[in-house]
Amino acid sequence: MGELAGLTISEARARLRKGEITAREITEDCLAEIEAAAPLGAFVEVTAEKALAMADAADARLAAEGEAAPAMCGIPVGIKDLFCVEGVRTQAASKILDNFRPPYESTVTARLWQDGAVMLGKLNMDEFAMGSSNETSHFGPAINPWRAEGDSRPLTPGGSSGGSAAAVAARLCLAATGTDTGGSIRQPAAFTGIVGLKPTYGRVSRWGIVAFASSLDQAGPMTRSVRDAAIMLQAMAGEDPRDSTSAPRPVPDFEAMLTGDIRGRRIGIPKEYRVEGMSAGIEALWQAGIDMLRDAGAEIVDISLPHTKYALPAYYVIAPAEASSNLARYDGVRYGHRAKLAPGEGIVEMYEKTRAEGFGDEVKRRVMIGTYVLSAGYYDAYYNRARKVRTLIRRDFEQAFASGIDAVLTPATPSTAFALGEKGQDDPVEMYLNDIFTVPVNLAGLPGISVPAGRDAKGLPLGLQLIGRPWEEGEMMNIALALEERAGFDGAPSPWWKG
Amino acid sequence: MSIDRETARKVAHLARIGVAEEALDDLARELSAVLGFVEQLMEVDVEGVEPMVSVTPMTLKKRRDEVTDGGYPDRILANAPMAREGFFVVPKVVE
Repeated sequence: MGELAGLTISEARARLRKGEITAREITEDCLAEIEAAAPLGAFVEVTAEKALAMADAADARLAAEGEAAPAMCGIPVGIKDLFCVEGVRTQAASKILDNFRPPYESTVTARLWQDGAVMLGKLNMDEFAMGSSNETSHFGPAINPWRAEGDSRPLTPGGSSGGSAAAVAARLCLAATGTDTGGSIRQPAAFTGIVGLKPTYGRVSRWGIVAFASSLDQAGPMTRSVRDAAIMLQAMAGEDPRDSTSAPRPVPDFEAMLTGDIRGRRIGIPKEYRVEGMSAGIEALWQAGIDMLRDAGAEIVDISLPHTKYALPAYYVIAPAEASSNLARYDGVRYGHRAKLAPGEGIVEMYEKTRAEGFGDEVKRRVMIGTYVLSAGYYDAYYNRARKVRTLIRRDFEQAFASGIDAVLTPATPSTAFALGEKGQDDPVEMYLNDIFTVPVNLAGLPGISVPAGRDAKGLPLGLQLIGRPWEEGEMMNIALALEERAGFDGAPSPWWKG
Repeated sequence: MSIDRETARKVAHLARIGVAEEALDDLARELSAVLGFVEQLMEVDVEGVEPMVSVTPMTLKKRRDEVTDGGYPDRILANAPMAREGFFVVPKVVE
């Protein structure tokens, strides 16, 4: 059991085409692994019947089309609870969307199903993708399949795509969708030893994905190899008439760009990412990554991104501002939870009670911060200033790229996975600092990828981040491949949850 | 910028989120912590810098102003906490 669920997409694709295995066999194996992994809290809804029907359809298609079948055909995946899937409960891990069943399908999932991918179920996450530890979920936290050596304390899988990361790392599915507003794909990927890719803003349609901060949100693949990220991104990406910010650009053949040859590429190392309090393990890993890329023939160049320090403060104005506006729609009228009213109470009480009962603490906090920074008298001081700083942050990257830099290498996170309940209890800002290396990438709209590159002294996974030029996901993944090949990360956590 | 109890109450009302009296002090403290953090933005010289409107330089797409979807009120109402005769039902709004 678990052998098929543990395949990469590329391995499964090859074996499906040779007729050695069927999509149904892989799917059944995944469903059994999911059932055995209940303690991880990764899945919030399992769609077993749908999965088996989709697997049978994929097998029929593979038999009919053979090599011409799409790469994702017959590949079982998990879907973050932020994506609308027609008829399947979609709550963004919030009580306020209690039992919401979308009457429509998100573009990303529609494209995956069109290519024959198999839907296993919905994955846990931070409520409305607001969090870095999966602890703000209405369904309770997802748990990291990795544990520190000699320590059985439950660790966070990161967030907000914590369920996606836990499920992929624990071999419950071959891959998962994630979304990334400030690091929500890359940070959990780093915490669980998998690959997570955030595309260039506009590469993937946001239609049908529950909105958090619309100018920052992007969906992307979470997989167990760089090649798998290329395969899955191919299926997810492309212009969509339903998302006016999706880019009218052709999507290149990403997998064909994975040559592993990066000789002569110029890799920037930004000095501002050498932050105070960075752990020795992360520091050493970063140096190891530099050595690996140099070994692959890349040229290492010291660069400066002077406004890096202001990325998090700018993010915590812009993201809550957009969230306060996006989340105004949850009012108890059209879907989800509605509070019970006392006699004499009217519509304002209905809004206030519904939102008080339906939103968790972190979501409330961010909606109120957003409301404050957008309110009369503070709009210029906070919101407009943050948008100006955002321009400067993007300009930093533009100048680096204009000087001939092909990609930027940084750590993905300032630490390895921490324990549940360890951070942000008294001060929300403590949790925000987790995203210090990932947030600038969203503010600049650039592609970023987290690649598992090593382990710390306690055996926990560590990730490195590559940041690419706009629209150069293929080039970025090729450099990531060179890193992956040299890091030789040994992937699977020991399955304690089965004991 | 520090948020006091009264400002917290006002912001909560603007956001239409009910907050109990006894929770206002904690809320004010938490909001102040976040605003204290973003206060660093005031150090940045933004003279002459345009506020970002679109992160990828692109002109917003246009299309003909015509109906492209719809015509299925039952599906739209299927998730409503209260619906009747093809409408969402809310408490009385106009006296």
